[in-house]
Amino acid sequence: MYEGVVQDLIDELGRLPGVGPKSAQRIAFHILQADPADVRRLAHALAEVKEKVRFCGICGNVAQDEQCRVCQDPRRDPAVICVVEEPKDVVAVERTREFRGRYHVLGGAISPIEGVGPDDLRIRELLARLADGTVTELILATDPNLEGEATATYLARMVKPMGLKVTRLASGLPVGGDLEYADEVTLGRAFEGRRLLDV
Amino acid sequence: MHVAHLSLADFRSYARVEVPLDPGVTAFVGPNGQGKTNLVEAVGYLATLGSHRVASDAPLVRMGAERAVVRASVAHGDRQQLVELEINPGRANRARINRSSQVRPRDVLGIVRTVLFAPEDLSLVKGDPGERRRFLDELVTLRAPRMAGVRQDYERVLRQRNTLLKSAALARRHGGGRGADLSTLDVWDQHLARHGAELLAQRLDLVAGLEPLTDKAYEQLAPGGGPVGLEYRPSSETAGARSREELYEVLMGALEGARKQEIERGVTLVGPHRDDLLLKLGELPAKGYASHGESWSYALALRLASYELLRADGERAGGEPVLILDDVFAELDARRRDRLAELVAPGEQVLVTAAVDDDVPGALSGARFRVSDGEVDRV
Repeated sequence: MYEGVVQDLIDELGRLPGVGPKSAQRIAFHILQADPADVRRLAHALAEVKEKVRFCGICGNVAQDEQCRVCQDPRRDPAVICVVEEPKDVVAVERTREFRGRYHVLGGAISPIEGVGPDDLRIRELLARLADGTVTELILATDPNLEGEATATYLARMVKPMGLKVTRLASGLPVGGDLEYADEVTLGRAFEGRRLLDV
Repeated sequence: MHVAHLSLADFRSYARVEVPLDPGVTAFVGPNGQGKTNLVEAVGYLATLGSHRVASDAPLVRMGAERAVVRASVAHGDRQQLVELEINPGRANRARINRSSQVRPRDVLGIVRTVLFAPEDLSLVKGDPGERRRFLDELVTLRAPRMAGVRQDYERVLRQRNTLLKSAALARRHGGGRGADLSTLDVWDQHLARHGAELLAQRLDLVAGLEPLTDKAYEQLAPGGGPVGLEYRPSSETAGARSREELYEVLMGALEGARKQEIERGVTLVGPHRDDLLLKLGELPAKGYASHGESWSYALALRLASYELLRADGERAGGEPVLILDDVFAELDARRRDRLAELVAPGEQVLVTAAVDDDVPGALSGARFRVSDGEVDRV
């Protein structure tokens, strides 16, 4: 145990995701030894991110204004919505530059163990967006784990009466990798989801 | 496959020991508490990343040492592989294959394959259904490694679903709460049924393959004492369904039927986690009716049948496993000892332990080691 404020700092850092007690201690001492100007900049950035960043009123992505950049962009196809769990998933899909539609960020996945039910996710907002008939395809891009799959199934069942095209991202082998390095589960899934080769 | 060399460092009672092994039968003989079982336990650990005697890794490390190392040189036909596992209780284990450390411990699985019989196996016959489910699932995973993922997924769906049911049951009892939570129950039903059906199909397939082999093994151990029959007892009637698709429908139907009761009790009542394997001796269940000797033979017959099944899978499934018989002869009379010796003699590698030389049947030729006070010497 360190004294007073130092321990407070270590405790606070230790509450961050991916930071264990040892890392927290290392970061705390790094901050103690750093240039005061650098530390002030960090503190400023921390305070500002909470003040300035908001969540897009339409899709729930992080935004500087009322709406995020994607929702403001008139070139994005309003007929296709890609549903993801977290804002960082939007960034991941954006990096592909393949997707020209819009997003909807749920804010998590259904998980009773963590006390997350459908009411805790932005599902009502999604249904509201689908109501006027502009959207014709819904791409379910939740994580390929159990909770993500369950959330996707739940959404698919909810929107079924609306007669939309509902798709789910494929899961399978990483591109550019070797088949031999794939684990059994991934390879098994890839076998299950194999497709006809049209030539 | 067979283990050509086993070396241990700070494992159980051994500070250091080197044991060169041959194919065929090898017997470790020594008084109790001298470390015979520790040797075969180490081989079993390489095969399963767990001990058959304890649930945690801490007892595996020699008193006062920080970590234990199990190293084995393994022969698959002409090919030799060196497998090393460093056991760090409370921390992640580390593995090396052919001196390369770019591997995860689970990559080691499948290099050493074993079927292990130990006195603890009596609980297969006398113990709870959970013991028999684990027996089936371990064998299922050994034959189809993919099933490890299915088992994990199933366990997770089950935990999610039970949590949901429990909170629903609580809300009902105390009024209020969030009734809307149950809207996701249909979704968990689907996922439970999908993974459950896959596991169930594999178990049914396994039991069908295991039954004749178990009957044969029991007849050889105790002639005229059988017949033995294995009957899979699902938590819900499967009505002859065998394929994944059929079983999915069966489970979905059963979940629907049990829903009211499940919500009242706050727990999942349908699925492979509630099933049992009924072990029949003649027309009666072995549990509760079989004598101690019969139960013992039954448990041994189940392991021998597993061994035969894996042998029959052959090279496709990773080669013939090593058969390990820990302290098995003391419980058998002379006639049964000889029969067992005959039965296992053709195995590629068989490791047995015994307290005294007289326990080891004469028919069991092969190498013999004397184990005494942490020393292992070839006789």
